[in-house]
Amino acid sequence: MALFSKLIAKIKGENSFAPTDWAELEIELLASDLGPTLTRDLLEAARRVKSENAQEALAQALTSHLTQKSRLPIINQGGLSVVLVVGVNGTGKTTSVAKLAEHIKASGASVVVAAGDTFRAAAVEQLQTWGTRIGVEVISGKVNADPAAVAFDAAQRASAMNVDYLLIDTAGRLHNKRDLMNELEKVKRVVEKITPICEVLLTIDATTGQNGMAQAKIFSASVDVTGIILTKSDGSAKGGIALAIESELDIPIKWIGTGESTADFESFAPESYIRGLLT
Amino acid sequence: MFDSLTSRFGATFSSLRSRGKISHSDLDASCSQIRQALLESDVALEVVESFVAEIAQKSMSALATIQSGTNQANAIFEIVNSSLIEILGGSARRVRFAKNPPTVIMLAGLQGAGKTTLAGKLAKFYADQGNTPLLVACDLQRPNAVTQLQLLGASINVPVFCPEAGDGVGDPVKVAQEGITFAKAKQYNMVIVDTAGRLGVDSELMSQACEIRDALQPDEILFVVDSMIGQDAVRTSQAFLDGVGFDGVVLTKLDGDARGGAALSIATLTKRPIMFASTGEKLSDFDIFYPDRMASRILGMGDVATLAEQAKAAFDGDTSKKLEAKFASGEDFTLGDFLDQLSAMSKMGSMSKLLGMLPGNAAMKKQIENFDDGEIVRTKAIVESMTPHERADPKVLNGSRRSRIALGSGRKVSEVNTLVDRFSAAQKMMRQVRSGGMPAGMGAMAMPAMAPIRPQSAPKKKSKSGNPAKRAIEESQ
Repeated sequence: MALFSKLIAKIKGENSFAPTDWAELEIELLASDLGPTLTRDLLEAARRVKSENAQEALAQALTSHLTQKSRLPIINQGGLSVVLVVGVNGTGKTTSVAKLAEHIKASGASVVVAAGDTFRAAAVEQLQTWGTRIGVEVISGKVNADPAAVAFDAAQRASAMNVDYLLIDTAGRLHNKRDLMNELEKVKRVVEKITPICEVLLTIDATTGQNGMAQAKIFSASVDVTGIILTKSDGSAKGGIALAIESELDIPIKWIGTGESTADFESFAPESYIRGLLT
Repeated sequence: MFDSLTSRFGATFSSLRSRGKISHSDLDASCSQIRQALLESDVALEVVESFVAEIAQKSMSALATIQSGTNQANAIFEIVNSSLIEILGGSARRVRFAKNPPTVIMLAGLQGAGKTTLAGKLAKFYADQGNTPLLVACDLQRPNAVTQLQLLGASINVPVFCPEAGDGVGDPVKVAQEGITFAKAKQYNMVIVDTAGRLGVDSELMSQACEIRDALQPDEILFVVDSMIGQDAVRTSQAFLDGVGFDGVVLTKLDGDARGGAALSIATLTKRPIMFASTGEKLSDFDIFYPDRMASRILGMGDVATLAEQAKAAFDGDTSKKLEAKFASGEDFTLGDFLDQLSAMSKMGSMSKLLGMLPGNAAMKKQIENFDDGEIVRTKAIVESMTPHERADPKVLNGSRRSRIALGSGRKVSEVNTLVDRFSAAQKMMRQVRSGGMPAGMGAMAMPAMAPIRPQSAPKKKSKSGNPAKRAIEESQ
């Protein structure tokens, strides 16, 4: 999406911007779900830009809002690295777990996944199907079992199996449901009795609007999110909310999902992402 | 949801009401506040602009004819309310039933919008009304979407037509065709077709959706959309409208705290009504979308109608009848009955969700958000720690009994005292009400149960007006 192309053209063409041009730019920024705060900041940065290097300056303005934290996976060197995947219903947790598992497997490390979504009908089977497809073992409990118990067993088994990674899928939950968030905290708590959790990844659907910020805030407060997986970014929405979250909450976007097959998954590269926005 | 919108509108109107006479500049200021609130709620800009312009214009002409400031504010409020209702789809539209059954409903939407769960909810909704729905599994893409639908169907005793196991295998168009033939042969009067999630920009999958549509000849195509969707709602809903087309919209995950601007955007831009709202993970968390109720909610007028309906459904026949009989025979309402009511209330779902439907200003909404649902659990624990004798006659509760109860329930003695005091007050009130000759049907609804679970920060017991839940229910009778 050529978010800034119009602006660049305008800045290169003339020095002064008519108020209507600024209004139009604001609309474009808002339309990408960047949110009112980030939009205002970027507009201010754009106003300061001088003609020639406008593109560069805007890229820098946007980059300066990004986190300084590393986007590399956090791992437990030489031991078991546990990754918990959390998020709101329908944001793509199970698919992301499968993609991440295949990614890890392709890198030569060993991985098992735990089917912690014991609530939704056929969620366990969904993950098992993925497991068969990508050749990764899926540890699961009974339907409607306590997800914390499933995760605990999985952590014990993964430790005994001497694998490098354990990915734990969880049931989708709306962040404003206190009891479900408590349940999630319990999952994290009991797993950490066995082994530390290296990484908590939150899935953010690229089509999500400003509510994504509330999701990130509350999940973060609950289970200390260490990274974001931006899912479904192959649609018409580009997930500006994820940039807004990263900018406001200092949580790095680590992975980006771009399609339905397990190969459609890559590490988030901010430079090329921003370049994509700016051209 | 819509909470922030609600508080914005609340502030705007209370400032308007405080004016002696509303000037054009007051009106402008209010309009720009409304504009900002809508923008922050993910409403598409073009929708915001046209909405605000309409309100400004209508209000301007209203101001010319009405003199006093309060009446003017009320008139503007009415204008905003009716404009919201109009945008949200006018009066609620129901599904059009086919003259020759089966009535065919096809679901379409993005991945993760909630189509499969919704298919189950729709099937339950119509089965409960005496229809004989058949679910057809045309999502052959997502792993185990078919299994999910089968499990949902089994849980509500609705048959699922699924000749293909899915997981990327099989032709959804063929399944759709066969599903219709099957339904006609077996005389199901309704067919609900789940389809795979697809992106608006995916022309290949969109044309597949068209083929499914042509095979089904559906009476209704419902566009299923996540209420948390952002500005992309505009592009996506337009893409589906142009691609496969749809007759109505279903908003899912409305129990979240998304401000739901998408509802306004989609309804305005596509001119299609929002027909259903999905509000929770249980298959019963589903209802017809009522634009007027939603507008009331946005404007902070509450949603008493829904609350009353939920109460009626949760207080099952037996409990209500038992209470009514008790009430009529002049027997006292006991802590045992109170326990029954508490259980019924937990069945109605989260207290904060229920209280959120009540009318009230933004300040009260804030308090409701902080409402601790654990209060019901704790109150129940206290009552459950009493012997049946004590529940029937709280007067026997002396100091040592109270400390035993406190120990048993893990609460403080002071909390036991508060509960017993409030209960006695409620019991007394019930007696007065009875001697005042209130209709017997009120038995279950008077809900003295609400008293002890009032938020702790609320002032201690006082007249009935201090209990908004009860007051609202009385008013709605």
